[in-house]
Amino acid sequence: MAKVLMKGNEAIAEAAVRAGCLNYFAYPITPQSEIGEYLARRLPEVGGMFLQAESEIAVVYMLYGAAGCGARAFTSSSSPGISLMSEGISYLVGAQLPAVFVNIMRGGPGLGGILPSQADYLQAVKGAGHGDCRMFVLAPASVQEAADMMADAFALAEKYRNPVMVLGDGLIGQMMEPVSFKAQKAVAMENKSAWATTGMSARDGNTPNLVKSLHLDPALLNQHNLDLKAKYERMAREEMRWEMYNAEGDYQVLLVSFGTMSRVCRTAVDMLKAKGVDVALLRPITLFPFPEEQIAMAAERSCCKAVLSVEMNMGQMVDDVKRSVGRQKPVSWYGKCGGEVPTPEEVAGVVEKTIADMDFT
Amino acid sequence: MQTEVMFAGFGGQGILASGKILAQAAMTQGFEVAWVPSYGPEMRGGTAYCLVVISDAPIGSPIVKRPQHLVAMNRPSMEKFAPMLKPKGTILINTTLIPVDAGRDDLDQVMVPATALSSALGNSKAANVVALGAFIARTGILAFETLIATVKAEFAQKEKLVDLNLNALEAGRASALDPCRGQSI
Amino acid sequence: MARFFTRPQSLADRPTHYCPGCTHGVIHRLIGEVIDELNLQGDTVGVAPVGCAVLAYNYFNFDFQEAAHGRAPAVATGIKRVRPDLMVFTYQGDGDLASIGMGEIVHAASRGEKFTTIFVNNAVYGMTGGQMAPTTMPGQRTTTSPFGRDVDRVGMPIKVAELLAALPTPAYVTRQSVITPKYINRAKKAIHKAFQLQMRNACYSFVEIVSTCPTNWGMTPVEAIAWTENTLLAYYPLGDVKMPEVMEVTSAN
Repeated sequence: MAKVLMKGNEAIAEAAVRAGCLNYFAYPITPQSEIGEYLARRLPEVGGMFLQAESEIAVVYMLYGAAGCGARAFTSSSSPGISLMSEGISYLVGAQLPAVFVNIMRGGPGLGGILPSQADYLQAVKGAGHGDCRMFVLAPASVQEAADMMADAFALAEKYRNPVMVLGDGLIGQMMEPVSFKAQKAVAMENKSAWATTGMSARDGNTPNLVKSLHLDPALLNQHNLDLKAKYERMAREEMRWEMYNAEGDYQVLLVSFGTMSRVCRTAVDMLKAKGVDVALLRPITLFPFPEEQIAMAAERSCCKAVLSVEMNMGQMVDDVKRSVGRQKPVSWYGKCGGEVPTPEEVAGVVEKTIADMDFT
Repeated sequence: MQTEVMFAGFGGQGILASGKILAQAAMTQGFEVAWVPSYGPEMRGGTAYCLVVISDAPIGSPIVKRPQHLVAMNRPSMEKFAPMLKPKGTILINTTLIPVDAGRDDLDQVMVPATALSSALGNSKAANVVALGAFIARTGILAFETLIATVKAEFAQKEKLVDLNLNALEAGRASALDPCRGQSI
Repeated sequence: MARFFTRPQSLADRPTHYCPGCTHGVIHRLIGEVIDELNLQGDTVGVAPVGCAVLAYNYFNFDFQEAAHGRAPAVATGIKRVRPDLMVFTYQGDGDLASIGMGEIVHAASRGEKFTTIFVNNAVYGMTGGQMAPTTMPGQRTTTSPFGRDVDRVGMPIKVAELLAALPTPAYVTRQSVITPKYINRAKKAIHKAFQLQMRNACYSFVEIVSTCPTNWGMTPVEAIAWTENTLLAYYPLGDVKMPEVMEVTSAN
């Protein structure tokens, strides 16, 4: 299909419709409100359902109710709104329901700001909700990738019956880039008769389906959590995604960066290369599961003297990078937040300083 | 090769729109593009700006500290952004609202009374398109024909505005190419 | 041998965990009977609250979803918006609905979501052990109002049926009870009417049922019924608070 110039938010909305998602619940919040505005017009055209809820708390439970019926549904929000949905995300995980969340991150804490940020990394990958609760997290670095990820997000949510988050930032949402929508046929949700509350008359047999997360028997709850854990481990085995840039040569420093920040790093890598400084970039595309092995292997190369995690926050992913690298190489962090996006020049400067600070002789 | 153009002015001057037309035209001509807006409360009447990045290779950082070109529609935005421009870049100055120059002798300064020219066409709101026409005519970063085609497509739903904006492009081009007006290094 | 009294198909054959003298069992049965009578067992999805009725889905024989505390109206909205053909009801207590879930119930009712709420009001938090609820009576002792509800500090109990009836959209709002056979019959008619209205896609419907909690009130079941009649019903009058114009009134008298 021909390319169209679209805002990330609008491309995400259109991609969801093309992925066969006809149900959207949300509450307005900057910088992602265009998703809802787009769908308020678009969904009625395709017989879909748009509902603006009274709060993000209501949104997440509307999503739960719809997903519990086996309907493909999604919502979008930005950081403070995702916090309000946190309880419901845990319920979705506990009840094993498929649902897609888009978080177009803004700066925090509290009301914070409205400009791009990656400060919800820990919330998304570690603290999505109470309990042993994990979300699958995808991090797009362009409008095209954000659009492509919507179809993937629904497929993953339904394959694993688990919430999936597309974790973008204000820049991904607000920026316009050319995007082409892949010609795809929306696939129907499979096997939902085994669990969804579709009404008993819609199914064979006389057994009610229950959508719930309560397991008062400790042995059953333990088993339920073991089952969820096995699911997370399967995600790590089968769905891990990452990308290497300029990793063929003898790089002195390995950058690890995701989303918008990784593009800034890519330009920094090019700038340094022009100066004769070899630096590689590893971009995690899935943040949960996290490409630990890939980072460890890239850091293990004898040419690599240091690892730098570059983030639009005060150092969140760096903990996972450290865990992946272990003690074999020094790992440090560079970043800014609140809408201050580090420039390629700044990142290149930090890399050069990192190299200068290490005495290689 | 990568080129960056910043558009800046008051909210309501069509800053985001002229940036979008440029991005659209560049995409049509086969370039990679990214259009990065300012957003939030500042959109409502305050300073608005957007950055258009145009490249023949996939665009890395969409954040550019020192853009190559600036289309400045009012004085505060010129004063804010002109010092950031890369040497040998181009600055288009809307002289109707900006009575001074950029104070830099390493830039190609294109002096165009965009708002006045637009008003002369019967609608001061097309000043952004006058400026865009002037900028493209002067820099030649895109074929002017592509720009014309893009404006036609962009306003296809609002037929009344097609002629106004085509005339605006033309007025901009004439002004930029008039050796008596343009002032270069 | 002819059988005159059997378990409704829509009720599961399972003893409940409810306390002696609790009216949840009666209300469950009424719902089961009405669903059987309307032949909706295969097309119903219930939404369970957090509270004493958290396990309600164990006692019914149709599809159910379990909501988070107070969020049943949002869950029911999600269900009904994607499956308008299903009969959907929320079953909520007074802590769940009138305290933590007040936002969701008001907005679901105000949007005119086409589902039914069965609101079981017994003026106290049950499952957590008898704390003060928004519906606790003035002077009523609970574990968190040990000297009696002090209305100067925490205000008067909320009359939810009247509150929702003040919204322009909801059309059928009624308050019933199940403490005597006469009231039980009327409550059943109200539930029947509410489900029927829903299946006609007519309106949001709300059935408040004033109920007992002998355990947390510190009373015998008989005392609890008397206290309900004399104290609760004096403050929470029975009857239809709001009716769709075309319908006859479900009288409380």
